[in-house]
Amino acid sequence: MELTRKDILGLSDFSVDEINLVLDTAESFREISTRTIKKVPTLRGITVINLFYEASTRTHTSFEIAAKRLSADAINISTSTSSVTKGETLADTAKTLEAMSPDIIVIRHACAGAPHILARLLGQSIINAGDGSHEHPTQALLDMLTIRQKKGTIEGLKVVLVGDIMNSRVARSNMYGLTRMGARVTVCGPAMLIPRGVEGMGVTVETNMQKALQDADVVMMLRMQFERQQGAVFPSVREYARLFCLTVPMLKEAKEDAIVMHPGPINRGIEIAPEVADGFRSVILDQVTNGVAVRMALLYLLAGGRQ
Amino acid sequence: MKLLLKGGRIVDPSQDIDETLDLLIEDGLIARIAPNLPTPEVGRDSGTAVVDLEGKTIVPGLLDMHTHLREPGHEYKETILSGTAAALAGGFTAVACMANTSPVNDNSSVTDFILRKAARADLARVYPVAAVSRNLEGEILTEFSDLKDAGAVALSDDGNPVATAGLMRRALEYAYSLSLPVISHCEDRSLTEGGAMNEGFVSTELGLPGIPAIAEDIMAARDIAIAEYTGTRVHIAHVSTAATVELVRDAKRRGIAVTAETAPHYFTLTDEALRSYSTDLKVYPPIRGSEDRDAVIGGLRDGTIDVIASDHAPHSSIEKDVEFAYAATGLIGLETSLALSLAMVEQGVISIGRLVEAMSVNPARILGVPGGTLRTGTAADVTVIDTTRAWTVDKNAFRSLSRNCPFHGRRLTGKALMTIVGGIIKYREDAKPL
Repeated sequence: MELTRKDILGLSDFSVDEINLVLDTAESFREISTRTIKKVPTLRGITVINLFYEASTRTHTSFEIAAKRLSADAINISTSTSSVTKGETLADTAKTLEAMSPDIIVIRHACAGAPHILARLLGQSIINAGDGSHEHPTQALLDMLTIRQKKGTIEGLKVVLVGDIMNSRVARSNMYGLTRMGARVTVCGPAMLIPRGVEGMGVTVETNMQKALQDADVVMMLRMQFERQQGAVFPSVREYARLFCLTVPMLKEAKEDAIVMHPGPINRGIEIAPEVADGFRSVILDQVTNGVAVRMALLYLLAGGRQ
Repeated sequence: MKLLLKGGRIVDPSQDIDETLDLLIEDGLIARIAPNLPTPEVGRDSGTAVVDLEGKTIVPGLLDMHTHLREPGHEYKETILSGTAAALAGGFTAVACMANTSPVNDNSSVTDFILRKAARADLARVYPVAAVSRNLEGEILTEFSDLKDAGAVALSDDGNPVATAGLMRRALEYAYSLSLPVISHCEDRSLTEGGAMNEGFVSTELGLPGIPAIAEDIMAARDIAIAEYTGTRVHIAHVSTAATVELVRDAKRRGIAVTAETAPHYFTLTDEALRSYSTDLKVYPPIRGSEDRDAVIGGLRDGTIDVIASDHAPHSSIEKDVEFAYAATGLIGLETSLALSLAMVEQGVISIGRLVEAMSVNPARILGVPGGTLRTGTAADVTVIDTTRAWTVDKNAFRSLSRNCPFHGRRLTGKALMTIVGGIIKYREDAKPL
């Protein structure tokens, strides 16, 4: 099987087969990162541009490493070092980059739909590395890879997403992906941060964290996105932590073998207690490791590779 | 100079006419409407032009009471010349233009400027709507009386809802005393802040900040309450929600002097269309879900909604070819409004007579301007429509300077064939099919 789509804009229209293809491919690439010489010539001559309009450490680094381990040339553009700060439009930047013949463009942008503009304008493959509050497909894929690795399967698991669901692109992509793979998904957070109509995405809503965690196999904590909120949406960080911080006692509400995930960067003491983040049930660093593998898989598949 | 329109179906609800008749225009006025008016013999009465309009529909000139002509200040988006040319091509003999120009139409010199530009263009009639508050800031009332004397026909801070009930109350009271209508853009800013589209399942899926329907409903309820309490009247612009339709319906039942309009995009589209992230669909109030759309259609059907107006809001690619969040709001409608409204006739929602009321009779009545009738002795503002003409929307063929039209490529039925202002044929649709 091969991936027939030109772009990876989101998981909203990803089939089960496509998700499995990406995860299986990633599985086979994971080994490369454990070698002494962590590089294969697979994507030699392929140019990948990482176009980051928003600050990002892990996603940006992960994409760069993924490209380099496959011997692709990775070029990094971030807002502070490009014409973006000179007021050029996204469309003009895109066409300028196109004129330099890259093969794949990875874009992170604060606006939902920005990668779609590129996908429409350019012949190159576009990978959405996070667009506003919309989607972050590579994160959800690495999350699913991690769940599958730790639990053997995704189907039938109860996965609880906790935090600012409204402003979270990680939540949206995971809701699409996990429900498609047969997980039972519960979203939990302050009532005003649960987006309207979210039940329509096939998830259960619960604003009480204790209740939400009952029987959970996977607890996925989201970063509290204080920077994305308009005005005083929630009273205080203190109040938030009182209700929604994953502490050791809180984690007892979930299944004994539940795993704890977080897309990072974590706010210690706000949404997750240090003992939990560093505890044996935390798979946060496995997620990071799997991130490289998933991105290698996507670059490989978009460049025409077959499983 | 005489113009004889022969054999058309004349639909004029102001006189309760709907039959095949001839219409004679003389010296810029409607001279006669009667069956089988004599056709002058060729060569003998060369002063009479005769147009055979068999199978076509002749209606009082259409009036779009909600447009943005962008002049002064944003002439790269639209000018009074290009905007009125677009109006004529869309079948409108007159347009009312909103005050959010630069400078704002909040003083008589700007009103006067608009009218002088319109006179120079000499295309469709232009009725300026002046601002309610100075610079649309919602703080200090403009000089309503002076503006009226300069030619303003209504008042509105359209685009910037009048935020406080106190100012709206005073505006309604003062305007009423001067017989000026106030047009309210109903959106509570504290609920729309940062919003990009209708709040609901689609906005949740798209990750775009939502604008809840209650933002409109709350302000509509407020303005209706003020109109009721003060015994004045208010016109609710571009109704987009089910609850606002119901508020207006109830207010009318209780005898409150409220009128309402909606725009074709609210009865044609739903927020599902935004899945393309097309910025041409970004508009305030936002395009809503199907329940709201259906309620707006219901409001048209039972007459709760008096008027169809396009809210023609031109923007250039500079404002629109950007990320959705950064894009300007508004879409153009002058050249598609009639066909989209005729679809409501085609679907049996309203009769052709109701359409003429909504696009001609009622806007003229609400604004208190001439028009909306083919009564003998009135100015001959006439629109001739081919209700069966199928055409494909090509935004690049528009007279408007802007291209922010979400209906590009859509197949529509019905087109203005001829737009006559003051007895002069100002626009005539090319005979070749589009």
